[in-house]
Amino acid sequence: MTEICLETQALSRQFGALAAVQKVDFKLHAGARHALIGPNGAGKTTFVNLLTGVLAPTRGRVLLGGRDITAKAQAERVKLGLARTFQINRLFRGLSVLENVCIAVAERLGAAPSMFYPAGKRVDVIEESMSLLATLKLDDVAGRRVSELPYGRQRLVELAIAIGLRPQALLLDEPAAGVPSAETHIILDAIERLPARIAVLIIEHDMDVVFRFAKRVTVMVGGAVFAEGTPREIEANADVRAVYLGQDGAGAANGRRA
Amino acid sequence: MSDAAIPATPAAAAAWLDHPAARELARRHRLRWWEALPWIAAAVVYFAFPHYLGFGTELVISILFALSLDLALGYAGIITLGHAAFFGTGAYAVGMLAFYGIWTEPITGLLLAALAAAAIGLASGLVLLRTRGLTLLMLTICTMALLEQAANMARDYTGGFDGLPSLPIAPVFGLFAFNPLYPNTQYLFSLAVLLVCFAFLRTLVYSPFGQSLTGIRENILRMHAVGSPVRRRLVICYTISAALAGIAGGLWAQTNAYVNLSVLDLDRAATVLIILILGGYGRLYGAFVGAVIYLALEHFLAQFYPTAWQLGLGLLLVAIALFARNGILGLGEQLWRRWRGRRAAP
Repeated sequence: MTEICLETQALSRQFGALAAVQKVDFKLHAGARHALIGPNGAGKTTFVNLLTGVLAPTRGRVLLGGRDITAKAQAERVKLGLARTFQINRLFRGLSVLENVCIAVAERLGAAPSMFYPAGKRVDVIEESMSLLATLKLDDVAGRRVSELPYGRQRLVELAIAIGLRPQALLLDEPAAGVPSAETHIILDAIERLPARIAVLIIEHDMDVVFRFAKRVTVMVGGAVFAEGTPREIEANADVRAVYLGQDGAGAANGRRA
Repeated sequence: MSDAAIPATPAAAAAWLDHPAARELARRHRLRWWEALPWIAAAVVYFAFPHYLGFGTELVISILFALSLDLALGYAGIITLGHAAFFGTGAYAVGMLAFYGIWTEPITGLLLAALAAAAIGLASGLVLLRTRGLTLLMLTICTMALLEQAANMARDYTGGFDGLPSLPIAPVFGLFAFNPLYPNTQYLFSLAVLLVCFAFLRTLVYSPFGQSLTGIRENILRMHAVGSPVRRRLVICYTISAALAGIAGGLWAQTNAYVNLSVLDLDRAATVLIILILGGYGRLYGAFVGAVIYLALEHFLAQFYPTAWQLGLGLLLVAIALFARNGILGLGEQLWRRWRGRRAAP
């Protein structure tokens, strides 16, 4: 068994009377390709917000690389190697594609607090951002304003920003959401080519994506972990089929055919 | 992939820097020829229109004040309608120190004004910048109103509603006195202060720090998610912006040789916001264009239509809000790009 990259211990979050996340024990191993699935309202988004520090848990702990980060703010967790993408694009829409990535890289390299020299002098930041864009085949639009790109390529910029942070653990919140099906493959290809050492947790509705990508699947229902296993085990699990795949049987079947 | 992203050879690295987008980014901060224009115009005014130096001084101070607001509002996206709080703090710092004979030297006086305003900016920023949008807007107005009332009530120190008249300001470098009839010194001194502050601000907005402020303006949630200490950046930005506004206020008190409650009121805060929106925010030179147009309108329209000049200003603002969201400078940039595009097309 490889070492554990990201872990939660009895993580819970209560919204008034609603237990959005209940005692979740979860382990993401180094270099993992892990999917988190579940019906709407299962608490996936709350769980991600607890992992990234957007929300504070009511009880329980979050550990990154064995270190307790429960009390750390979002930005500190990023510095420690936990990056995410958003379900809905959160980009610097008025800036160029290159600048979008540069802002993240500058932040990681510790350049961002500097006030007394031009950002253009940090060639290391620009260089790294450009070559990262090239690996995602975005170099041809590097100078374009990000809001001018088609949505699918904007999703790639979202991914580029996260990779530019060189995370140990990367959370992808529905990476293909909102992307026209003709463009989905560019996102999936990019995810497939992520560096092997990064532990990836993908939160997804689309079974197509899950079964193509994940080595391990966790199913959340009603705020708690309902089942965990390999994609094959999850597919074969009658309970999971009943509560989750059953609702969406047609979609799952399509996924396997594709 | 990101491991492979480290260029294998220096040649490969240089190739990425040759990409047009990378080149554009690496050269953005360079001075362009037209950036000399405002300073040439300022020199022309000095020699050709000696009767307008008083007006010129007011203009220079307005530009500096608008620039300070541009840093907070235009670059970092801090919505504020209370920036006169810092202008006024600077003005009262200079005014009270001079009036009571504690400190009359103008250059260090401006530094003290900057310090006082920065202190208020830091203290209020630490509280205010936890909020956003309309809440923030209201709180900035409240801060300013509180300071104005404090200045009004502390009559024994601030002169209350009447303010402090006839401030004794020492000559610049001990040589050049401020003469109310011939404001040459006022004009040149203000211009020099503007140049220094502008050089600082220009460096700041093109720096990595400035870039991160733009990031906060464009998407604050994403900035949190790239590991940026957003609140700290905003507080630092707000404090610097306050210090610059304080310098503008200090200059105002020195060149007018008095200070009164008008330096702290909503009217002044609204005026500077109008100037910035007129000229175009988030682009440095918007402050110059906006101040020139606003003050020219105020000065000349008011001569012809003393009762109704604000109607003209109002109509202009409506036109700007409807047709040129990025201000007059933004409109100019748009037209320039279209013209170049058309020339490049055939």
